[in-house]
Amino acid sequence: MEMKERLKIPRQPMPEQDPQVRKRNFDEVPLGYTPETAKTEALRCIQCKKPECVEGCPVEVDIPGFIALVAEGKFIEAAKKIKTTNALPAVCGRVCPQEVQCEVKCVRGKKSEPVAIGRLERFVADYERAAGEVSIPKIEKKTGKRIAVVGSGPAGLTVAGDLVQLGHDVTIFEALHAPGGVLVYGIPEFRLPKAIVAAEVDYLKKLGVKIETSHVIGKVATVDELFAEGFDAVFLGTGAGLPSFMNIPGENLNGVYSANEYLTRSNLMKAYKFPEYDTPIVRGKNVAVIGGGNVAMDSARTAMRLGADHVYLVYRRSRQEMPARIEEIHHAEEEGIELHLLTNPIRYIGNDKGWVTGIECLQMELGEPDESGRRRPVPIKGSEFIKEVDTVVVAIGAGSNPLVQSTTPGLKTNKWNYIVADEETGQTSREGVFAGGDIVTGSATVILAMGAGRKAARAIHSYVMSK
Amino acid sequence: MSSKILEKQQLSENVFKLVLDAPKIAKKRKAGQFVVLRIHEEGERIPLTIADADPVKGTVTIIFQVVGKSTAHLSELSKGDILLDLVGPLGQPTHVEKIGTVACVGGGVGVAPVFPITQAMKNAGNYVISIIGARNKDLIIMEDEMKSVSDEIIVTTDDGSYGYHGFVSQALEEKYLLTGTKKIDMVVAIGPVPMMRALCDVTKKYNVPTVVSLNSIMVDATGMCGACRVSVGGKTRFVCVDGPEFDGHQVDFKELIDRQRIYLDDEKRCYDHYCSCKQQGKGA
Repeated sequence: MEMKERLKIPRQPMPEQDPQVRKRNFDEVPLGYTPETAKTEALRCIQCKKPECVEGCPVEVDIPGFIALVAEGKFIEAAKKIKTTNALPAVCGRVCPQEVQCEVKCVRGKKSEPVAIGRLERFVADYERAAGEVSIPKIEKKTGKRIAVVGSGPAGLTVAGDLVQLGHDVTIFEALHAPGGVLVYGIPEFRLPKAIVAAEVDYLKKLGVKIETSHVIGKVATVDELFAEGFDAVFLGTGAGLPSFMNIPGENLNGVYSANEYLTRSNLMKAYKFPEYDTPIVRGKNVAVIGGGNVAMDSARTAMRLGADHVYLVYRRSRQEMPARIEEIHHAEEEGIELHLLTNPIRYIGNDKGWVTGIECLQMELGEPDESGRRRPVPIKGSEFIKEVDTVVVAIGAGSNPLVQSTTPGLKTNKWNYIVADEETGQTSREGVFAGGDIVTGSATVILAMGAGRKAARAIHSYVMSK
Repeated sequence: MSSKILEKQQLSENVFKLVLDAPKIAKKRKAGQFVVLRIHEEGERIPLTIADADPVKGTVTIIFQVVGKSTAHLSELSKGDILLDLVGPLGQPTHVEKIGTVACVGGGVGVAPVFPITQAMKNAGNYVISIIGARNKDLIIMEDEMKSVSDEIIVTTDDGSYGYHGFVSQALEEKYLLTGTKKIDMVVAIGPVPMMRALCDVTKKYNVPTVVSLNSIMVDATGMCGACRVSVGGKTRFVCVDGPEFDGHQVDFKELIDRQRIYLDDEKRCYDHYCSCKQQGKGA
């Protein structure tokens, strides 16, 4: 096809489940490209000589390379191409914020819309999996070096995938009973089907990665004991898993959840299938979700799917400051989530049985910018009001879990108890100990954790090989 | 990691003991710590205190009461069966040191978690007075084991069918605190929340430091979810990582009792569903 014609092709939309239907089920919302739409979309890529999209990708996927293969209909080869630098394409195609990474850099976005890189990545990964033709890349000669990876979230899985391909003997230790970290306990089924995470983890196992679930490092073994057992290096990717609360009155009332608990019950424990699955969850009719990030959106949309009549998203700043992806806010609103912006809870009200029955809020207005650069919300005097709710989900962020830090002498942490690690290598204050992902940066994105994992893997490789 | 059931024993009508193959946990565990287990793929995560462990044989012992679907299912497993997941040891170990005379009080199935603490207190050189109680004689468990690690022991039953007629808190007050025959330096108490609350009310009167071990509702049990949060001295603490043991005089028992009841209706529904499936021979 001539370039002129290719430039005329509009960005291909991805079909989605109807909002009125999907708000009551846990099936995935976007339905994915067909081979035809994928090929059409791929033709929109003009194959830049100096592709800026690649610079926008924390794991440097050869974006024009794989898209050229999609345009030719060589989907399996395209998947192979991505996998040389990204072990989790089906995950990244779904949850990466492409709009601020690769796609924001796409030159097509200047005059029209950027190439739908994320949708294409998702398509080829799904195509490969459905075809059952998952390719195993070349594994280097065994080095005899043993690496322990603590945590099986995005950072840990990336480190493990990279190092096993370099010939190292890699064991992942996961505290929960299922591998995947935030991909399984945090992100809901309707955004990231768990079968996809399981398939990506399975792929790592095929590469030779060993996974020990139900192993809490810091409890059943310390980092020093891992070295004593014969590991040559340890990577810490334990994530930001400690729930934050606001410390306002009534937060311990029944029906008030941390987002971590709410989502873990629903996602990891499959409480939405109760009583087929044993773990229960409160199915509120009037649910307030506190926060404005992706976790708040996931919680609100989960509450709706659990049968709520009203889900109120209570956020103290305005829409502009919401940290959630625009696409997720859009999805939430389509499903009937009611946004209460510039609103801040000050206490929860309960009945004599200890159940939450209401939430008292203050209206806010935006003042001067604060240290985050966003305008600081300031309470409006006398604006208190009470909303009746029977369930509250507090989704205002997460902190670092201290289990590993507190049992690893000499491991330097910062004032928030995150591990201090070199940005380029993941090297910590302890020899042979590397760290990356949320446990270093605080809550961020899947792909940034993977990027940190990639860098740490390189550093761990050179460390163990020079020992 | 999965774990094989090596031994099974019924201790009373609704209380069972399982010895599990868990060498790594057996090696690391200390008195006061717990495990979380999951029976099967659809199962919930069940926290249970480690009642005993043998680091040489590589085993841990758990003792539980049938209170709902998951514990009913657990009680129906046999020697040789495999638990899908077992994780531990979790929680902070008991702070054990020689302080003089320690009263170790266990109510109902709470005797099981109090046993390893009693053992540790005795080994640390304390004079140990044990008080164990239950509703009636048939529900008293681990009397011999407790005897073997105690200098004195009182058994109580609510109905007077065996030993002292009354609650453990009454026995402690009447026999020791009131008479002052033996100065008690510390009390460790584990049992149903109302029992721990009653006992703390008594020891507060006499200013005797009292440690309680709480069995809150948990999910991950590694500090991640906050399901187990409890107010201690006006501050929110997580039982799974900050506990399970706290200063009993500081615990907000009213809140704890309310929080224990969050899923009461769901638990009943789940148990009924399980029982009806079993009756129809479908399994669950």
